[in-house]
Amino acid sequence: MKQALVLGIVAAVAAFLWLPAAAQVTDPTAAEFDKFREIMEQDNPAELFEVKGEELWRARRGPKNASLEQCDLGLGPGVVKGAYAQLPRYFADADRVMDAEARIVHCMITLQGFKYEELAKQPFSSLVRTPEPVSLVTYIAAHSRGIKIAAPQNHPKERDAYETGKAIFHYRAGAFDFSCASCHGVDDKRIRTQPLPNFTKPEQAILAVRGWPGYRMTGGVMHSLQWRLNDCYRQQRFPEPGYVSETLSALLTYLTVNANGHVYRGPGIKR
Amino acid sequence: MGETRRTVLKGIWAIGALAGGVAAGLLGPGRAFAAWNKGAFEAKSAIDAMKALGMMNAEDSKAIHIRAPEIAENGAVVPIDITSDIPGTTSISVFIEKNPFPYTGTFDVSQGAVPYVHLRVKIGESSPVRVVVAAGGKHYTSAKEVKVTIGGCGG
Amino acid sequence: MADPMKIRATLQGDVADVRVLMAHPMETGQRNDAAGKPVPMHFIQTITAQLNGRTVFAADVSQAVSRNPVFAFKVKGAKAGDKLSITWQDNKGDKRTDEVVIGAGS
Repeated sequence: MKQALVLGIVAAVAAFLWLPAAAQVTDPTAAEFDKFREIMEQDNPAELFEVKGEELWRARRGPKNASLEQCDLGLGPGVVKGAYAQLPRYFADADRVMDAEARIVHCMITLQGFKYEELAKQPFSSLVRTPEPVSLVTYIAAHSRGIKIAAPQNHPKERDAYETGKAIFHYRAGAFDFSCASCHGVDDKRIRTQPLPNFTKPEQAILAVRGWPGYRMTGGVMHSLQWRLNDCYRQQRFPEPGYVSETLSALLTYLTVNANGHVYRGPGIKR
Repeated sequence: MGETRRTVLKGIWAIGALAGGVAAGLLGPGRAFAAWNKGAFEAKSAIDAMKALGMMNAEDSKAIHIRAPEIAENGAVVPIDITSDIPGTTSISVFIEKNPFPYTGTFDVSQGAVPYVHLRVKIGESSPVRVVVAAGGKHYTSAKEVKVTIGGCGG
Repeated sequence: MADPMKIRATLQGDVADVRVLMAHPMETGQRNDAAGKPVPMHFIQTITAQLNGRTVFAADVSQAVSRNPVFAFKVKGAKAGDKLSITWQDNKGDKRTDEVVIGAGS
């Protein structure tokens, strides 16, 4: 009975995905959405979280009563400008590739004395609370506005992360037997009114990273890519990925490197 | 996520019995103009709200320009730009006709502002957005339909 | 004390193009919290803007305005160095005033 239900759901969702859809570039509904979203991004509620993030960056906090101003985001301690556009990257002090939020969490742990378990307990925004790492990511991302994305592939572990991320992207599992590629590995698909970009292609991969972190109109909350990936996995009926895990850093490496060369426009507005 | 969104859409407004009373009583000193119009804000139709505001007999005008999406990506945040080319415009009022409480606000441009306003509003279902302009002691009106749908995945 | 607004005022000739982003939940009173209890109404009702202390723009609005509201309006007779202040007040009596100095125009 349960299996029949699952198969029924899979069939229904599959039917949705394979509905003929206008080519993404000329889909008039999507174009209209893009136009108005760009207008709204000129005065973006995300800016309220940039301000909060800057306060958190400078404030002395945590058991060590220290600020984050010595945090090295990859361009040297305390260098914020341009750092988000060059993440994920390898960090020797952690001996792993880290995306922006993973690195911020690392700095909150090492510089300020916070514990991973505290930060991982409720890492995503709700209507009444925005976790500190989310505001911090928004602040840092804002300082890469207008800068070309250039996630490095110099270190062997960075190249490894790309290949691992690519494998993860194509890994089918879960109740629906979906991978990321099921929705995002083919051209011209959409779910209801939202087009599904093909992230395996550079000119569309930018749509994975542009606009995040993003102020989501649904609920009026600020969300980062850690939330977005977690929610994708929830929609695929996968087990929950670890918050700021190497898995997600690898997946973000794959997506970001695919988008290298495109200009990052800063925190966006999302549906 | 879907549940939260449905809840948000279903319950994104509605004045409870308490609220009107609370609202009316808290006007601080220094208000430049008349009190927040509880009767208009609690009216359940645009027509009743316009009656409460003395805006009946508004004549249709092509000189009111309403810019809003044909289809809103998300009914929780719909951007609207309004410009009035009617000479002597003193105020711009907005009504979202299908909202449970259509009267959304009045913008007083009589004290040194250009007759223009941008605002972002909640629209619960596809609806005309009606604008009433006051100019030279008379009222003029225009409306634009905005469609609201359920969206997709959450990108 | 409510969070600060972000105000941008750019000159085009003698008209100041003002864009303001306000931090406010704009609760309608109908939403339920995680425990299933209705969150009380809490929304901005009035907005005024002053140029060098003189009111130039005012508005009454409802809870149908979106959360973290954004408004834009245009003020006549402005010049570089003028002070533009914006005040909002909500249904609980909370208020917030923020001010910017208008920069030289384009």
